[in-house]
Amino acid sequence: MKTRALAAWMFAAPALAVIGLFFLLPVLAGLALSFTDFDLYALADLRNLRFAGLDNYGHVLQMPLFWRSLYNTLEFVVLGVPLSIALSLGCAVLLQSPLARFKPFFRTALFAPVVTTLVAVAVIWRYLLHTRYGVVNAGLGALGIGPVDWLGDPRWAMPAIVLFAVWKNFGANMIILVAALQAIPDELYEAARMDGAGRWAQFRHITLPMLGPTLLMVSVLTMAGYFQLFAEPYVMTQGGPVQSTVSVLYLMYEEGFRWWNLGQASAVAFCLFVLMVVVTQLMLRLGRRSEEAASA
Amino acid sequence: MNGKRSRDPVAIAVNGLLAVAALFALGPLLWMLSVSLMATGEASTYPPPLLPQAPTLQHYRDLFAQVGLGRYFVNSLVVASGVTVLSVLFNVMAGYAFAKLHFKGREPLFKALLAALVIPGQVAMMPLFLMLKGMGLVNSWAGVIVPGMAGIFGIFLVRQYARSVPDALIEAARIDGAGEARIFFQIVLPLLKPVVVTLALFGFLGSWNDFMWPLIVLTDGQLQTLPVALASLSREHVQDNELMMAGSVVTVLPVLVLFLLLQRHYMQGLLMGSVK
Repeated sequence: MKTRALAAWMFAAPALAVIGLFFLLPVLAGLALSFTDFDLYALADLRNLRFAGLDNYGHVLQMPLFWRSLYNTLEFVVLGVPLSIALSLGCAVLLQSPLARFKPFFRTALFAPVVTTLVAVAVIWRYLLHTRYGVVNAGLGALGIGPVDWLGDPRWAMPAIVLFAVWKNFGANMIILVAALQAIPDELYEAARMDGAGRWAQFRHITLPMLGPTLLMVSVLTMAGYFQLFAEPYVMTQGGPVQSTVSVLYLMYEEGFRWWNLGQASAVAFCLFVLMVVVTQLMLRLGRRSEEAASA
Repeated sequence: MNGKRSRDPVAIAVNGLLAVAALFALGPLLWMLSVSLMATGEASTYPPPLLPQAPTLQHYRDLFAQVGLGRYFVNSLVVASGVTVLSVLFNVMAGYAFAKLHFKGREPLFKALLAALVIPGQVAMMPLFLMLKGMGLVNSWAGVIVPGMAGIFGIFLVRQYARSVPDALIEAARIDGAGEARIFFQIVLPLLKPVVVTLALFGFLGSWNDFMWPLIVLTDGQLQTLPVALASLSREHVQDNELMMAGSVVTVLPVLVLFLLLQRHYMQGLLMGSVK
């Protein structure tokens, strides 16, 4: 029995060692780092390292660029998450319709952007959004709308990135929602039809409530992902124009790996972490409460 | 097909909307391919051309002969393969242990791992960089591979799947005198084949597409992976749309093909992961 427990540990040990050493330990070290003034001088010689208490957090909270990046990130989340979920849900309902043809093709086609390399497709979208010869402006031009400087206008840069991110991501949630739709018993719809409910009434009173828990989970996960915006602005706008697409992680990267203020970068990272936990917990709470209210 | 069905306006609307959505999803990818075959400067005209006038592979030749994209391709291949092999091995072993083997503290440990899933990886990046620097792994393939050698989500997937392996099978092998390692490799691993494929696919795609960590840890141009190299190329060659599209094709094509070949496994993994 003892050797068997030892064997069990041996199976779990490599993965646990990797996770402990290269994830959990650095997370704790990151927290410690955020209370120090670790910078370029400390990088050169550790004797220059000082304990700084909450100075980093105080400094970060007084930084206009931090608040700007927070605003930009929230703009991305608030625009992107509902748009992405709505598109996923719409496509899932269409795919699940008995009237739809070529389902395997459509499913694969709509999902394809999810597996592509973000940097590569961001390069494509930079071309599609080009002010002078991008297809988006060509399409708008055909409608009589003048060219928009998508990635060069501070008003439009973030919405353009949202459009790109939604294109890239909506397929993943769509697949999960299709599976959830398949799990709804047909009898519910049959009973509703007998009561004379139309398509919209069926969607409103059967589909949506039955999807509730899945929609909640998908929203929380998507939101957590959208808070981690980084590569899109890095490739498409470099944070510009006039800092309108600097996200919190972009700020963390610049502080940490361009200016080597690793202590301050850690403080930025933990601020984002705390914000993510607060927002997702709030959503879960609200979601569960509305489910309870619906079932009561 | 059924004449009555195809004249149904709702059916037309459903299929029409799906076609529009598919065009939205695939259009940029198809166009990337088309522009990559255009002559230099052809894409920078208005209105943007849909198809190349005289398709050419010139940009692909330039990418490999002059820009040295082949090197980055190999770098990506080495890193993604390394991550895939090691993470599959470690995650499957651990997932099996959490599902089928008994050791003290198994359940609380697993719960703690699941709780740690909420921590965004970026929080760990600054100390991880310093740690790897101390170990001499910054600017090496190992520096990119090492943090990806195991993952909580992977362990979770395997555990879900491995719970369906009958205990009687394992017990019978033990009575026959088989050692734990032999039971794992000869009996359990073949049964876990579907989840192994899923995990390998996730591992390879995740590592191939990863950007932020390779960007941080590979400071030397020669060792960079494709996404990192492509990002810096796109800053240098802002005007060379055709060349950049060819670079994007080279980056995206391997993962897209891999996905198309194994998409059933990918979707299954996605669904298993969503029922936490």
